[in-house]
Amino acid sequence: MLITCPYCGPRDVSEFAYQGDGNRKRPDPASTDPETWNAYVYDRLNPAGAHNEIWQHAGGCRAHLAVVRDTLTHEVSSVRFAREHGAPTHGRRKSGAKA
Amino acid sequence: MVEQLSPLEPVFRAGSHGNFVDGIGVTLSEIAPGSIVQLAAWPGQEKKLMATINSVTALKLADGAGAGASSDRYAAFGFAPAKFLVTDTSEGLAATFAKEVPSAIGTVTDLSHGRTALRITGAKAEWVLAKLFAIDFSSAAFPLGSGISTTHHDIFTQIQRSGPASFDLYVFRSFARSFWKMLCHAADEVGYEVR
Ligand SMILES: [Zn+2]
Repeated sequence: MLITCPYCGPRDVSEFAYQGDGNRKRPDPASTDPETWNAYVYDRLNPAGAHNEIWQHAGGCRAHLAVVRDTLTHEVSSVRFAREHGAPTHGRRKSGAKA
Repeated sequence: MVEQLSPLEPVFRAGSHGNFVDGIGVTLSEIAPGSIVQLAAWPGQEKKLMATINSVTALKLADGAGAGASSDRYAAFGFAPAKFLVTDTSEGLAATFAKEVPSAIGTVTDLSHGRTALRITGAKAEWVLAKLFAIDFSSAAFPLGSGISTTHHDIFTQIQRSGPASFDLYVFRSFARSFWKMLCHAADEVGYEVR
């Protein structure tokens, strides 16, 4: 499986660390509602298909990435920096591209 | 001045090794720059940091991920968003940047004693490196001057293309000796010279 890092280009999955489900929204830290925290920690959609995920390019530029991966085929349909909202803006060397 | 010691010293054997009867495929060396410095810009400050690198080193860093350049004295390349590695054949580069980079722009980290710099040069350099890293080393994908961050068996490595058939590798100093031995094993097949 390859993940195309917006900075580094296509890299082997062994360079990346999975950081979990990208759909989760951290509850208000002031919240003491056990149901809310239980849902945050344990409830997962577990879809058979496209899945929002957070990965870190730990063995490369170390950026955190928002990845959409198909859980049935491992096809990666979208990668962007997790800190950005919207499409990736840093085009890097796609395979065979010039500087 | 402190006398520089190499972590490779017990295993560094100058001369020809491996399958060199039909010629030397690669030359391996330690380049031992006097300074290795990591620079990082805060969000939105990358352009100012690059301008500082350009003015200190007289290198022209292009925009774009991994862009880099080198001269007889300096080498520089981006290895992560808004992060750069800069080397100098002389000592003291970290002190220079500490004066030139205000804390509002970014950070300066002196890695001169923390990294070991190795050079692999020769017709088989891409071939040998491709045994170790899952990276496209062709000049189309990895142009002259540019740099990357990658790993070998979870050991972090930064690599800059320093010539048409030449790459500079920056590895953790504490792993440099075992990495060097592995590099020699990988080069055995094509014949290599250590110098
Ligand atoms: Zn990356």
